[in-house]
Amino acid sequence: MFPTPIEKRSRAAQISYQAFLPVVLIIWLLPLVAVAVFSMKPDADFTNGNYWGLPSSFELFNNYGKVFFESNMPRYLLNSLLITIPTVIGAVALSCMAGFALGVYRFKGNLLIFFMFIAGNFVPFQILMVPVRDLTIDLNLYDTKTGLVLFHVAFQTGFCTLFMRNFIRALPFPLIEAARVEGISEWRIFLYVVLPLMKPALAALAVLIFTFIWNDYFWAVVLTQGPDAQPVTAGITEFNSQYRAAYHLMSAGSIVAALPPVAMFFLMQKHFIAGLTLGAVK
Amino acid sequence: MSFTSTSAPPVERGWYKRNEIAITPWLFLFPAMLFFAVYVIIPIGQSFWISFHQWDGLGEATWVGTDNYERLLTDDRKFTTSFWNNLKWLVLYLLAIPMGLFISLFLNQTVFGIRLYKSLFFFPFVISQVVVGLVFSWFYLPREGLLNAVLALFGAGPVNILGDPTMATYGIIAAGLWPQTAYCMILYLTGLNAVDPEQVEAARLDGARGWKMLWFVILPQLKPATFIAFVVTIIGALRSFDLISVMTNGGPFGSTRVLSFYMFEESLSEFGFRMGYGAAIAVVLFFIMLGFIVYFLWSMYQDEKGGH
Repeated sequence: MFPTPIEKRSRAAQISYQAFLPVVLIIWLLPLVAVAVFSMKPDADFTNGNYWGLPSSFELFNNYGKVFFESNMPRYLLNSLLITIPTVIGAVALSCMAGFALGVYRFKGNLLIFFMFIAGNFVPFQILMVPVRDLTIDLNLYDTKTGLVLFHVAFQTGFCTLFMRNFIRALPFPLIEAARVEGISEWRIFLYVVLPLMKPALAALAVLIFTFIWNDYFWAVVLTQGPDAQPVTAGITEFNSQYRAAYHLMSAGSIVAALPPVAMFFLMQKHFIAGLTLGAVK
Repeated sequence: MSFTSTSAPPVERGWYKRNEIAITPWLFLFPAMLFFAVYVIIPIGQSFWISFHQWDGLGEATWVGTDNYERLLTDDRKFTTSFWNNLKWLVLYLLAIPMGLFISLFLNQTVFGIRLYKSLFFFPFVISQVVVGLVFSWFYLPREGLLNAVLALFGAGPVNILGDPTMATYGIIAAGLWPQTAYCMILYLTGLNAVDPEQVEAARLDGARGWKMLWFVILPQLKPATFIAFVVTIIGALRSFDLISVMTNGGPFGSTRVLSFYMFEESLSEFGFRMGYGAAIAVVLFFIMLGFIVYFLWSMYQDEKGGH
């Protein structure tokens, strides 16, 4: 193991390491700690210039109550959910099938199609922006959740297919051959042999895509406009103009907007990290 | 690996049954390819086409040949600023890789509660860039911001990072480095987990330690992690949009624009939609990216050949 395990060092080194850890963590998360503190303060603290002292009163529930009951925030959160969940399902479904095709079969153009999916995934969003916006307007889907979902499904399919294909490649191939010898049709092999083995990949992709889509801002601004369809990342800017300079409310709003992916991460940590670090170990 | 039927079919089977192995992959690929073609592949071509036109997004587009590009490359100061800022992003964003490596080395221990520490260090990556941008813009605030409160402790004067054209871009990049470092850290933590302990022990017996050990024994084993860190960091740097849009909206005096932001501004700004010009900027950005994409794909291709 590298660096040398701390258990093998002196007692003093161990204690100072243990003491040092929380300090470094707090410095690392300082900007976030600041926002969390802001979100608990009353309005008066900001007008009195008491930015970094102790809160003069503890207003956590009040501030978050305002965010939930007196603003458009719940609507934006709901929109985010209604955009994110169908996208996760769509992208994972499409890429499962595509990954199966590219991972199991040998045919002409296999690698070419695979590389096309990877390359498309790296492309800058801006080169898609004008045509995709046009297409969405032509389909009468501008400023709708469906419009966003369709695009997200398509774009995320690139990354998901890369992921799925590599995962399926690593499965034991004799299993599929055995099923074929038994005379099982190909789509049944997919459904009953391969799919059950892909559960870890499905979980990893689902949490990753959830986070990516929840956090998307660019496409939300390009393809939607108002509180009817906009997700929370775009909504937070509107929220902020509503509460301009009310830092306690803006902080509370930001924390609420950031929370769902954070919760997702902590609940599904193992899968999340397995997904993100795919390929980091050979 | 390819399938060959082991025995002659006992009864005459349908055309689909006979060609099942050849057709199935295409059936499985069809939906994904359709979506990807409509929303990704074809739009790239369309953007190239639009970039040769003058178009407000509504009426007829007029063909202007390479006018857009000539204007971009000869007399557009906004473009020049954006381009240089993109370079700053590219270079400075790469700092996330060594920073992530050092944090991962710091955290690669097995003390009580280390798992929680690792997750909390990773935290910034999970938060949306919009929130990261907001958090940092409040952090930088000249009066209310925590940064100046801390600086005041050391007797340093208040700085208005986002209001100063010479510093604003660096301030935004610093904000971007925060989640990106977390990402690189998690890549290296996973990589360090898989480092061969026998090699480390052998090197230790040979007297290697510290920097030498890191450079000659550990880093070569972390190569796959470094490659991925490099890929995601480059892409992240060239995609930077959210932070700029949230923190400065391109200002002050347009000093924080990058190509991706400038393109958005030209195409959909309140000053009228200039889709053709925007598309031309996007094409330039695409070509910058293409260099990296070709390199990434080439590396992956070498891997594929070696692996199978």
